Amino acid sequence: MEFLKIAGAILSLIGSLFILFAAIGLLRMPDIFTRIQAGTKASTLGSMLTLLGVGLVHPDWLMKLILLIVFIMISNPVSSHVLGRAAHFCGIPLSDKTDIDALKKDRQEVPNNKEQES
Amino acid sequence: MVNTIFSIAMLIIGLSFLLVIVRFLKGKSIADRVVALDVLTISSIGLIVLLAHFFDRSIYIDVSIVYAILSFIGVIIIAKFLEKSL
Repeated sequence: MEFLKIAGAILSLIGSLFILFAAIGLLRMPDIFTRIQAGTKASTLGSMLTLLGVGLVHPDWLMKLILLIVFIMISNPVSSHVLGRAAHFCGIPLSDKTDIDALKKDRQEVPNNKEQES
Repeated sequence: MVNTIFSIAMLIIGLSFLLVIVRFLKGKSIADRVVALDVLTISSIGLIVLLAHFFDRSIYIDVSIVYAILSFIGVIIIAKFLEKSL
């Protein structure tokens, strides 16, 4: 029982370190899309590990915490995807180091294909 | 032992709050600020659950569930507004 509590505490410490990495990535990355990449992925994993650690320390709260973990695991990638799509559509410039912009190429190719078919 | 490690974890999350707030104030575009707000909300969910351990009250977990749902809906609505499809 004592082993489980210490394991949960160490797990939540690792989770808080991941949240710190997300914050550093948010501060250091060059443009908006890499910031979304660094920020939301690392903070999702970090908060999931923190909640799981608290759930190991208090086993009677584990069901609510698992509900919260599953909700974060579903909702946070969806919201970051929608935000990146909106940022690309409203014309926020990419970093200079970006080589491939597949979404822009696809959006340019789709009307041409329709004109050729008709 | 467990309380000490949880205190260190809360300190690390507080330090990351400061770094994210710097990006929130600096950010060039709206989407930068929205991403900073999203990371701030998700990490404050972890902070609220750690506070629930320290105060020994399970009602704080319900508060964090509602906070997660509101953050998700808020980010989706701001993104739809940026796409001008709201």
